[in-house]
Amino acid sequence: MAASDITAGAEPRLRAQRRRFGEDVVKGLLFVCALISVATTVGIVIALFIPAFEFFQEVSIIDFLTGTTWAPLFEPAHFGVLPLIGGTLLVTLIASMVAMPLGLGAAIYLSEYASPRARGILKPALETLAGIPTIVFGYFALTFMTALLRDIGIEVDIFNTLSAGLVMGVMLMPIIASLSEDAMGAVPRELRDGAYALGSTKVQVATRIVVPAAVSGIIASFVLAISRAVGETMIVLVAMGQQPKLTFDPREAAEAMTAFIAATGAGDVPTGSIEYKTIFAVGATLFVLTLVMNVFAIRLVRKYREVYE
Amino acid sequence: MSRRLKGVLFRGLLLFSLLVGFSMLIVLLVDVFRDGLPYLDMALLTNPPSSDPEIAGARPAILATLYMGILLLIFVVPLGVGTALYLEEYADKTRWYNRLLEINIQNLAAVPSIVYGILGLAFLVRGLGLGRVLLAGAMILTLLVLPTVIIAAREAIRSVPDSIRQGAYALGATQWQVVSRQVLPAAIPGIATGSILALARAIGETAPLILIGAVTYISFDPTILGPFTALPIQIYSFLRLPQEEFKLLAAASIIVLLVILLTLNAFAIYIRNKYRRTW
Repeated sequence: MAASDITAGAEPRLRAQRRRFGEDVVKGLLFVCALISVATTVGIVIALFIPAFEFFQEVSIIDFLTGTTWAPLFEPAHFGVLPLIGGTLLVTLIASMVAMPLGLGAAIYLSEYASPRARGILKPALETLAGIPTIVFGYFALTFMTALLRDIGIEVDIFNTLSAGLVMGVMLMPIIASLSEDAMGAVPRELRDGAYALGSTKVQVATRIVVPAAVSGIIASFVLAISRAVGETMIVLVAMGQQPKLTFDPREAAEAMTAFIAATGAGDVPTGSIEYKTIFAVGATLFVLTLVMNVFAIRLVRKYREVYE
Repeated sequence: MSRRLKGVLFRGLLLFSLLVGFSMLIVLLVDVFRDGLPYLDMALLTNPPSSDPEIAGARPAILATLYMGILLLIFVVPLGVGTALYLEEYADKTRWYNRLLEINIQNLAAVPSIVYGILGLAFLVRGLGLGRVLLAGAMILTLLVLPTVIIAAREAIRSVPDSIRQGAYALGATQWQVVSRQVLPAAIPGIATGSILALARAIGETAPLILIGAVTYISFDPTILGPFTALPIQIYSFLRLPQEEFKLLAAASIIVLLVILLTLNAFAIYIRNKYRRTW
């Protein structure tokens, strides 16, 4: 009896008298659910790196990372990944030049100028832009943006990096705007009020107080956007082309890493062939690139959260 | 330059950034609707693809997207809610493996979707020998949006106040009774909203399904264990054909896809507003 325990001067017992196995089973089942996501990570690492390792036994990793010709189907085959990385970097650079200033500008407007009511409507409306499937943006780049560029006198190929990059910038802009606005919203009001009390204008408060105070969150949004650009497939597959060449001319067609993976994986490549393994070698490169950026961004986000919450 | 003028210019520049975003959204929609509306008819919904753009449709793709959506919900909701319940209600946050779980889920949410396609190709299609089937596509989309569902479900569970849990414990409920009869019912609106939004994201995904092998000419209705193509893939297939008419057919298919996504999103917002509770 519990009462006799207390009169005996012992601590009252808060534990169940007997173990409830049903409760343990439930906890175990829920833990198994949680393990699925760990299994996914392990699966991704195994799926990418074992075939990639086999690939690098046939092709030297130095040649892979420094070669300037990507021609896995030619005789003799060349496996220099630089043209693919170059294509990805060029399209990412164009997208960043569009998305970063526009996204940051929109974020400052939403955070510092828009009324709470306007922000409540504008921010979700902008986020619908981020919810449009990427294949739709690919269609838009191929049919609309390329024609528009030609109309204004820029001689672009049918498939070109410029259209893909510009449209990708439009796609990424709401992501930057939304995440940066979150960071600016976390800046305490006292900081703004202090600056106003010293006679600052609204411009000065926005550019010298709010943006610097939210800078880690803003950088995190930039890094996440770059990571999305590097991993984005459909826009580059549809609009940028499938010609791996090391070019810095955005008016020409090129090929991004993701587009190569998708184009090669779509065909019936025999399992175990060197061509099949290239999917994983390029995929592993892509995974490492984006993982480094994501870890960096998640750290930054956590850091600014600790400062202001 | 006067401070006043500077202020006006700065504000104009910011407003311009915002307007570029919105005008692109409008231009995109106008472009798609202008191209696609003439081809948006019953034939698109009821006919299989064909080499003749006049009679070609997207029926197998639309059906496959529907089946995959249903399978996805069956898979992802229990897994996502289970993980969220474990992390919020059971996990001891000081243990290293529970912290690892959290970091792992955050990182998974940012892995490019095509990498999930590689996972599916290596393990499901080739490794398990499942082949290029609809079930493999649904499973890969499940893994892809699982982190989104987990994060949404955790937020919903976290917003249930502790006083409700303590009240139930005080009445002698066991932990699972508290979780299943108090916490979970209170969190259902948030979980439903998050799951529908995840479904919308999965339905629009193209890249992982390309690697699963959905880019094929399918003229018959799909089955769960048979070859398939999905609506976004069908759009991609139309876009790759040389004739201009197929581009317009792609635009019409995009309208169908956008209408499905818009309906899902509106439904999610409706649930969120209708069942919103303030504690």
